[in-house]
Amino acid sequence: MAAALKAHEMGVKNILLVDRLPEPGGILQQCIHNGFGLQKFHKDLTGPEYADMYIKQLKNTNIQVLLQTMAIEISKHNRVILSNKADGLIEVCAKAIVLAMGCRERTRQQVSIPGTRPSGIFTAGVAQRFMNIEGYLPGKEVVVVGSGDIGLIMARRMTLEGAKVHAVTELLPYPGGLTRNIVQCLNDYDIPLYLRHNVIEIYGKDRVTGVKIANVGEEGSPLQKTFEVPCDTLLFSVGLIPENELSRMVPLMMNSLTGGPYIDDTFMTSKPGVFICGNAAFVNDLADYVSLEGEIAGGSAAKFAVGNYPNDTRIPTVAGQNVRFVTPNFISRNDSATLYIRVKYPMTDVRITSTNNVIHMVKKIVKPSEMIEIKLDAEMLKKIKSLKEFRIDVGPE
Amino acid sequence: MSDQNNLPAGRQAERKFTCIMCPLGCAVTVKADDSGNILEIIGSRCLKGEKYIRDEFSAPKRVLTSTVAIEGAKFDRLPVRTSDFIPKDKLFDLMKEIQKIKVKAPINIGDIILKNILGLNVDIVATRDLSL
Repeated sequence: MAAALKAHEMGVKNILLVDRLPEPGGILQQCIHNGFGLQKFHKDLTGPEYADMYIKQLKNTNIQVLLQTMAIEISKHNRVILSNKADGLIEVCAKAIVLAMGCRERTRQQVSIPGTRPSGIFTAGVAQRFMNIEGYLPGKEVVVVGSGDIGLIMARRMTLEGAKVHAVTELLPYPGGLTRNIVQCLNDYDIPLYLRHNVIEIYGKDRVTGVKIANVGEEGSPLQKTFEVPCDTLLFSVGLIPENELSRMVPLMMNSLTGGPYIDDTFMTSKPGVFICGNAAFVNDLADYVSLEGEIAGGSAAKFAVGNYPNDTRIPTVAGQNVRFVTPNFISRNDSATLYIRVKYPMTDVRITSTNNVIHMVKKIVKPSEMIEIKLDAEMLKKIKSLKEFRIDVGPE
Repeated sequence: MSDQNNLPAGRQAERKFTCIMCPLGCAVTVKADDSGNILEIIGSRCLKGEKYIRDEFSAPKRVLTSTVAIEGAKFDRLPVRTSDFIPKDKLFDLMKEIQKIKVKAPINIGDIILKNILGLNVDIVATRDLSL
């Protein structure tokens, strides 16, 4: 929606917005908790309220919206094949395409937890949908595997609705979710967080009856000390993966570090005219960032559609010391650009530096769960354009 | 906060908090006397954090979000929130009230679902439009 609205604002006449769900807004509709919009609107909104800000704007435009429609293919000349119940197959010729498929949750299979296969095992997001949209409580005695934000939010949500959350386990020595959520979702309700612990076995024939939890060593391998927790429900909150089935079919050049396609700072992919934004490009911490990226991608797509897309030199960005990834992968803009980096490990009192000292930031703390935003102005971009590559390092001060 | 370590009556008490005003997440200890007067705040590194800790110590507040049953809409649940902060210790009392509510579609975002819940001067409001 943010991309479509930006393109509309820039004067593009013919815009089509396609979504597979019966209403726009995607996952926001089931995220009924507050904490959205603090950066973008300086208001503390819930997910549906945040989505509504865009839905209302969309209704005031002539942007065409096709719901309950799947995009099933993007062919060579940016023709998009869509399919829905009412119209069957539709082929749309687009001058520019913005992909915004979001991301998917990792599941039990992707973290290889042995044991039986009873009912009562959900990803946190599926449990969230059951509760907040369909109105079912997935269980009463709960263990959450992984400390991602959705798992923390669901631990609180289930507690408020009368379930008992016995444990949240996290393989790593630090939590996966934001500190705000650790405090307001776990500490507020006395839910124990077991860091460096993992569920190593699931029990139960028809329904989950319990789990075995072990503390883990440096390498993440289970140690001797184990304990069992009886429960009827297991929620997995073990990470998100950008959804890119469509991108792979194009095919777009994919970045194994982010799970999304390679992009430049206009959010264009390896295929001219195909742009991508939000969690499909790389997993973001905040919906606000997703909207901002949508605006950039929509604006760039608008320029491309009217033949006004600048053909600037592209300087690759490189992840240096203690940097898991830098995104976008190329810098091409001359006016302003924003880079996001994620660190590999938590560190305190760090210095963020780059090739030729173009940037120089000091941070009291960096964490893998909190992306670092690096804003580049015209002067910095001019310096970067004379480089072969732009490398960012995070080291001790 | 969960991890309060109250000492026996007649002595000063200590409570531990994690500050959430910024990503630093300072571990803060508050020392107070029997009547709840703060004697000392240890480990807080800024004024904003200190204010947050004072509020958390004396009167912690939260926004509550949940859902209520709705009839005649495309979904069976309508997401709602409190119109303002409520005292943290009232969360479960409010949940009990919210669980009793049943509304009929259509509902618009911002509609007041229940006025002045539990006399707290706070309303329960819808957080989306919902109809068929």
